[in-house]
Order: sequence, then structure tokens, then C-alpha cells
Amino acid sequence: MACPEKSDLIEAYADGELDLGSSLEIERHLADCKDCAAVLEGHRALRSALGTASLYHDAPAQLSSRVRAAVRKQEKVFAASPFFGWRWLAVAAPVISLVILGWSLVTVSRMPSSEDLLNQEIVSAHVRSLMAAHLTDFPSSDQHTVKPAFNGRIDFSPEVKDLASEGFALIGGRLDYLDRRPVAALIYQRRKHLINLFIYPAEDGAGERAVETSLRGYNLIRWTRAGMRYAAVSDLNLVELRSFQQALQE
Amino acid sequence: MDPAELKRFERTFLPHMSAAYNLARWLTRSDQDAQDVVQEAYLRAVRFFGGFRGGNSKAWLLSIVRNAGYTWLQRSQAHGTTVSFDEQLHDVEDRSQGPEMELLQRATRQDLLAALEALPVEFRETLVLRELEGLSYKEIAEVGGLPIGTVMSRLARARRILGQVLSERGTKED
Ligand SMILES: [Zn+2]
Repeated sequence: MACPEKSDLIEAYADGELDLGSSLEIERHLADCKDCAAVLEGHRALRSALGTASLYHDAPAQLSSRVRAAVRKQEKVFAASPFFGWRWLAVAAPVISLVILGWSLVTVSRMPSSEDLLNQEIVSAHVRSLMAAHLTDFPSSDQHTVKPAFNGRIDFSPEVKDLASEGFALIGGRLDYLDRRPVAALIYQRRKHLINLFIYPAEDGAGERAVETSLRGYNLIRWTRAGMRYAAVSDLNLVELRSFQQALQE
Repeated sequence: MDPAELKRFERTFLPHMSAAYNLARWLTRSDQDAQDVVQEAYLRAVRFFGGFRGGNSKAWLLSIVRNAGYTWLQRSQAHGTTVSFDEQLHDVEDRSQGPEMELLQRATRQDLLAALEALPVEFRETLVLRELEGLSYKEIAEVGGLPIGTVMSRLARARRILGQVLSERGTKED
């Protein structure tokens, strides 16, 4: 039987992730609790087995030079432009460093990982859907046809709204892949503009304010609602895309 | 990017080549694909370098490797079975079942390699970052863009699944 009291903290303790006070508390607890002591012993055995088995994959010797060459080759394309060459930069450096200083005061170092790359992924998925007749897997203006079409293809059931009266005509649904998982894509149309609405379950259920981005000429709004993530992307102007988002929320 | 900037990029990120390769290798489970992923990640990193203002360069690079790795997995379609892996469904109720000591002592490097490779990718990467790269929970959270609570629960589940896989292998051989 697991100890209900502390078992969550044993791993964090074994990983050296607890503050001193909590560590001491766990150590006192371990002295009396056989269950927790056994759990700790198990973790230590696993860690030492993993640590001594030399499972680490060292980079092959030639990889470093290969990567260096690829990076320099890509960079040459930019460096060749006279405006971005270093000569120009040397003259403008004092001005630029002032600008950068001002900029860095208001920005923080950010990981390009989740946010930026997800936005890029969403725009790419949108562009892809427009290019090669991949817009819809199941074309239909009827929400009652589109919704069941997702059944069995994804492990959740997206809400499909008819927004024709608000000026956004539903034209179909599609399966797509975003954020490392299959997602539902609903396609709406306003005049000549297509909107992809991506829907998938929120992993952590955390509340999130709507995020608006503009990328490669497309407007993008992402939000979370009732445990689902939404992303609307289109070349439609931001004001109308906002009213689309509003209409969905009502 | 001017030559000095390029030098700074190389000085900052080339030393993390092995960490990048190790993560990519564990994500893709293939040497050639891992090399491609690492190259792609460095090319992305140089494009994003303007947004890097110091800080944890290893976590910064690994977050890009991870994204490049997932893109590769998605393209290769090999991801199909693991992406739908539901953490809730696989939450083992009985928390006392750690790996059995005796099994662990008997486990060969081959057993451990196979067991770790068999883990769903989300758990594999978390465990690799923790046990092979020695990253802290906070750093793993940065790399994966995850809350620390998720890192903790993934680690706990990863260890439990690994223990189960090892004991299944162990009983098969007996
Ligand atoms: Zn206990």
C-alpha cells in the first residue's frame, strides 16, 4: 500500500528538488514510514541503473562540422545583403545599441518554443489547407452533418456552430494535426475569406486570455474555453475575426 | 548576422551539441534522423537567435530540438500510437509499485535501452532530460513549455511505466 501522506513528495525529494525544510520533514517521515522508504529505495535503484547503463548518446564526431557548415551556409544568404553586412553595422552600431538597449528594457528573453512555434504551425496548417484542395475532408454547411463526421476519428467531440446568421458560413470540417495531436478543423467563409477554426482539448485546463497575433499576413486568435483550445486563423481583417470569435462564444 | 554575432552563436550553442543529439536520438530512435533533427534545430536557433537575450542557453536550444523532433515524428507518422497516449487513462492508481529492486539489479543495458525506447514519447523525453541530461524540474518545464506540476507527474508516471516494462521483460525471460 502506498502512503497517502507523503508519497507525492518522495520523488521530488529523491531528485533534490525540495527546499531544506521540506527535505528535513521528509527525512523525519522516512524514518517511520516503511512504505515511503521502499518507494525511495525503488527510485534510487532505478536512477542508479539508468545512470550506470551508459544510455547517453554522444553526438557523432562529424555532426558538429556538418551543423556548423549548414548554419554558415544559411547565414551567408543574409550576410550577402549590403544592408545587413557588418560594414554597415559598424557605422550604425552606436545607434543600434541604443535601440537594442531600449528594447531589452521592455522585453524579456523568451523561448521560441511553445508559443511562437505553435503560432507558426497554425498559420502553416491554414496555408496548407488553402493550397492543395485539402480544405475539407467532409464538406457540408450543416452543423449536424459535420459534427458526427469527427466521431471515431478523434477522441473528443468538437462543438460545431452554425454562424450563417452572423455572416460566417460553415463550409465543412477537416482533420488536421497541431500541437503534437490530431485536431478538428472547421472551415468558415466570410465573403472571399476563409477561416480555419482549430479545436482540441486543453491539456492542463489552465485558463488563458485570448491571444492575438499577426503572422505572414494572417490574423490569428487563440483562446481557451471550457477545457478546449481554439485557434482561428484567416486573412480576414482582425476586427471581423474578433467578431467571429465573439459569435462563437455566444 | 555579422561574423562576430555568428561566432557568438557558435560559442553559445555548439557546446550543447551532444545534449541536442542525445535528446533528438531519444525522440527519433534513429541516428540518421537525429542528426537531421539536430541540424534543423540549429538552423532554427540561428533564425531565432535575435530573440535570445542570455539565460539558459542549453534549455533554450533543447526546446528547439524538441520542437524539431516532434515535427519530425509528426511527419514520419511513427508518432500515431504514442500521441493519443492518455495520461489520465494510464495513471496507475497503486503508487507503491515502484520497479522491483531485484529486477533492476539484473537489468542489462540492453533491457534498459529497450524499456526506455518503448516509453511513450512524452514520458521518454521527460525521463531522458532528467536522468541523462540532469536537468532540474524547472529546466525541463522550460524545454517542454510545461507547468512544473506536469513535469512532476510525467516523471512519476514515466518511472512507473518503465518499472512495469522492465518487469514484463523480466518475467518473459524467466
Ligand atoms: Zn509515508
